[in-house]
Amino acid sequence: MSGIFEYNGGSIVGMKGKNCIAMACDRRFGQQMSTITTNYQKVFKIQDNILLALSGLNSDIHTFYALMEKEINLYNLKENRKMKPTTFANLVASALYERRFGPFFVTPIVAGLENGKPILATYDSIGCKSDLDDFQVGGTGGNYIYGACEAFFKPDLSPEELEEVIGQSLVSGCDRDSLSGWGGVVYVLTEQKLTVKILKTKQT
Amino acid sequence: MTDFALTTFSSKGKLLQIEYALNAVAKGDTAIGIKAKNGVVLVVEKKQSSILIEESSVQKIALLTDNVAATYAGLGPDFRVLSQQARKLVKKYDLKYQEEIFVQTLSRELAEDVQIATQRGGIRPFGVSILIAGYDEEGPHLVQLDPSGAYYSWKATAIGKQAKNAKAFLEKRYNADMEIEDAINTALLTLKEGFEGQITPTNIEVGVIRDDHVFRILPASQVKDYLEELE
Repeated sequence: MSGIFEYNGGSIVGMKGKNCIAMACDRRFGQQMSTITTNYQKVFKIQDNILLALSGLNSDIHTFYALMEKEINLYNLKENRKMKPTTFANLVASALYERRFGPFFVTPIVAGLENGKPILATYDSIGCKSDLDDFQVGGTGGNYIYGACEAFFKPDLSPEELEEVIGQSLVSGCDRDSLSGWGGVVYVLTEQKLTVKILKTKQT
Repeated sequence: MTDFALTTFSSKGKLLQIEYALNAVAKGDTAIGIKAKNGVVLVVEKKQSSILIEESSVQKIALLTDNVAATYAGLGPDFRVLSQQARKLVKKYDLKYQEEIFVQTLSRELAEDVQIATQRGGIRPFGVSILIAGYDEEGPHLVQLDPSGAYYSWKATAIGKQAKNAKAFLEKRYNADMEIEDAINTALLTLKEGFEGQITPTNIEVGVIRDDHVFRILPASQVKDYLEELE
């Protein structure tokens, strides 16, 4: 299977703002050149203050998300407390490496707020964690989104500004990628609330 | 490994093997733990059976990780095995979450290993009660882990030979506003109360953790200073 990461297509992006974080993803679920559905969920709320975005093979997106849900639920019950975003970020890395020789074909992005401080981490498919940047991308349209991010991004944006910037970056990037698009969803998380906005894009 | 359990119920509903294990604990050298507002102290008797024993080779307080340590009353070798298992549990947690383990989590997971020894074929229960002292995000903790696998969080407690008298002494002396320095003095006073013979810096072991989350076993020179302060 040439390009198992390209089989289903899809793009994700995460950004840090001032005491807030944002995640965005496209909505396409395809099988190579065929588009199957235009409402596939790729960003998941793991906890009130943690978002997990996944790009790659859709089957693994779903399975890996289910695995992380199970882990955090068991953790909440066993430890009798919520999981910190940095802890979850490390858990994702461990979980991916556990499958080092039969990996999940996903490239996750974790975003969260820990005591008001934005947390953003990205990984390759076998768990190499990188948490040094203020924005990260994943998926087939990733590189195109990078370009838009570099142009639009500024540090310490407010939630409203961040929503605008991440939305524009996603849409511009996905426009160039045939395997991503068919709408976008933007999630902005602050201490008080999580807002979800559905974006219209070029319907191709 | 045999297939049948060695620890089985008596007609009165007791697990005699666990009772007997607790008897072994009650014969062991006294260990005392006190939790203060800003730290925890562990103090344990280290009576040597002969003057020929190399004192420095005996360590009764075992560091489980930077911010958690444990001591015991009962069978030394059993404690050695359990503290090694505890260290592995800490590292397993660390590998998965890359974070400092919570004392309650460690206690619970270690307690599982202790309980298994009361319900598995061919093995006997552990002959130690363990006092776990640590400082994590939630604050200072002092936990006692018994041969049955039951664990209890304490403000102050004692295990071993002088447990009963020491706890009675502690009940009078303990107050919730204690700072760690007061706790250290109180722990030493409590141990001194029931001590057979003269208490010296080399026949006891003292370990302290403060709000810097670092557990330290005090060198004999520091213990000497604290003991002199008691006079």
